[in-house]
Amino acid sequence: MTTLTETSARHAARRPRRRGDRSPAASVALHVTLIVASVIAVFPVLWVLLTSLKPAKFATTTDFFKETTFENYTNLIKDTEFLSWFGNSVVVAGLSTVIGVFVSATTGYAVSRFRFPGKRGLMWTLLITQMFPVAVLIVPIYNIMAGIGLLNQPAGLVITYLTISVPFCAWMMKGFFDTIPHEIDESGQVDGLTPFGTFWRLILPLAKPGLAVTAFYSFITAWGEVAYASAFMVGDENLTLAGGLQKFVNQYGAQWGPMTAASVLIAIPAALVFLFAQKHLVTGMSAGAVKG
Amino acid sequence: MAVHTSQSVAKAAGDTVARGRSRGTGNPPPPSRLRRAMSVHWYAWTMVAPVVIVIGVIIGYPLGRGIWLSLTDANERNVARSIGVNELPATYKFVGVDNYVDALTGTQFLGTLGWTLVWTVSCVGITFCLGMGLANILNRRIAGRSAYRMALILPWAIPGFVSVFAWRFLYNEDRGLLNKILGGGGIDGIPWLNDPTWAKFSVIAVNVWLGVPFMMVALLGGLQSIPSEQYEAAEMDGATAWQRFRHITLPGLRPVSTTVILLSTIWTFNMFPVIFLLTRGGPGEATQILVTQAYKFSFEISPRDFAQSSTWGVLILVLLMLFAMVYRRVLRTQGDNW
Repeated sequence: MTTLTETSARHAARRPRRRGDRSPAASVALHVTLIVASVIAVFPVLWVLLTSLKPAKFATTTDFFKETTFENYTNLIKDTEFLSWFGNSVVVAGLSTVIGVFVSATTGYAVSRFRFPGKRGLMWTLLITQMFPVAVLIVPIYNIMAGIGLLNQPAGLVITYLTISVPFCAWMMKGFFDTIPHEIDESGQVDGLTPFGTFWRLILPLAKPGLAVTAFYSFITAWGEVAYASAFMVGDENLTLAGGLQKFVNQYGAQWGPMTAASVLIAIPAALVFLFAQKHLVTGMSAGAVKG
Repeated sequence: MAVHTSQSVAKAAGDTVARGRSRGTGNPPPPSRLRRAMSVHWYAWTMVAPVVIVIGVIIGYPLGRGIWLSLTDANERNVARSIGVNELPATYKFVGVDNYVDALTGTQFLGTLGWTLVWTVSCVGITFCLGMGLANILNRRIAGRSAYRMALILPWAIPGFVSVFAWRFLYNEDRGLLNKILGGGGIDGIPWLNDPTWAKFSVIAVNVWLGVPFMMVALLGGLQSIPSEQYEAAEMDGATAWQRFRHITLPGLRPVSTTVILLSTIWTFNMFPVIFLLTRGGPGEATQILVTQAYKFSFEISPRDFAQSSTWGVLILVLLMLFAMVYRRVLRTQGDNW
């Protein structure tokens, strides 16, 4: 709220001057606000990174640097199941993304281009499914998975994650296909392509960036999923990262050394890709969401 | 739009309704109409088939079973299960709406719902205000803007569960950084996660930290789409900064803000990881929201209470759908064609 009022106050300070000019005091206030906000945003992440580089016995000291070492990382990889958790997460999130995108690509195109009986109902279903709380499906899916022996199997988690990724991918891809001009479809028709041929040969190649963003988004959604992963996977080597990280910090105590090292290994690659892709992500989200 | 629309849309949509209903009443439609619809729409129907099948099988069927379970007294001891080589059949029975009556008349559901509403409203409200403020600042010409933007987006880039553990580390009562800083200033450590009131404050703070980047980026996109001529014209007419904000910025942001508020309300209402990983709903049940409590019924207590959990799940879904409907209707009466 404070930022809000400050902002408008600054408007007042700025506008009587020439466009782009503002009083030095206003500039200072702007920078101070941004610096404080940035520190709050970055610091917890930075602190985990710094802690992971300290020997475990100094994990909770407030010194920024203290005997920098990689022992947390080597211990993590040698003494824990971290690599199997990482592998499980890659397999589960990767498969559910690939299958989700693959299954829903044609649907995204169909609802973007055709009018057909049942379209409205389908769109509504896709939208409503995205507000399903995990609590609605988790018990029945758990019982079904237990019944067919897929509990504690990556395959069970992949199938479960399709309940998240399929409606989401179809919805986001509709947004991307909507941005491709219809004239391209028409020219395909004129050249004698079937609707599916048009989709496959003309539209899909144009939609590649959109597909990539959708895929990436559903990948990080599955990568960060906690509820299903915690409920369905037990036993040290079957966990995904979300379950594995919980092993280090439980009610009996906390191993901050391996926890912080694992956090860094999980977060840094994800963050780099995210920051690289974020411009497209935002466009994609709003394309999917705003046109609802 | 370009392809295969031989009839008006209204007519075509009417067709489905008629067919759906008549199938239920055992009164098949004239075959010619079905065949005609088939020949016109089979392409579209084939293309959506994979998703329809997936949704039907892995969402529709479990959803149906979930609703069924909520009408029974199913728990860990009476569902079908196998012990060794013995297959035990299910022995739970239909109890009608008893579970719903219990939930809606008891104190636990309503109490948890109350805190869930406080949690959702405060998280969305604070996140929206902070996101709006930061977006407004970042929308100006200011040195180092892209560096600030990058830094402010960072919490969004980190997988949620990792951030939550980072915060648990900071919040730790004896060894956490926050209390060490307070201690350095001579202030007693705060039981961030062990005192009901502080725990509520702490979980909201973390969720706001997680949510601001998305809000800020979405609103920034909205701000950039407002034509600057409008501001210039308003300045010419002598509008004050507040008037410009009130009459240009806010209306201009309306399409974006209605969407992000709807989305983040639904996300926050269902925000499982923050509560589950930070406090497990504790201390006591102080920070338990509906979703984590439903999870607790079926996965943390013994015997696992599947019926109760499903009941809460269905109630959450109904609440969210009601909210979305009311929200849309309110927007529509205010002239938003959304």
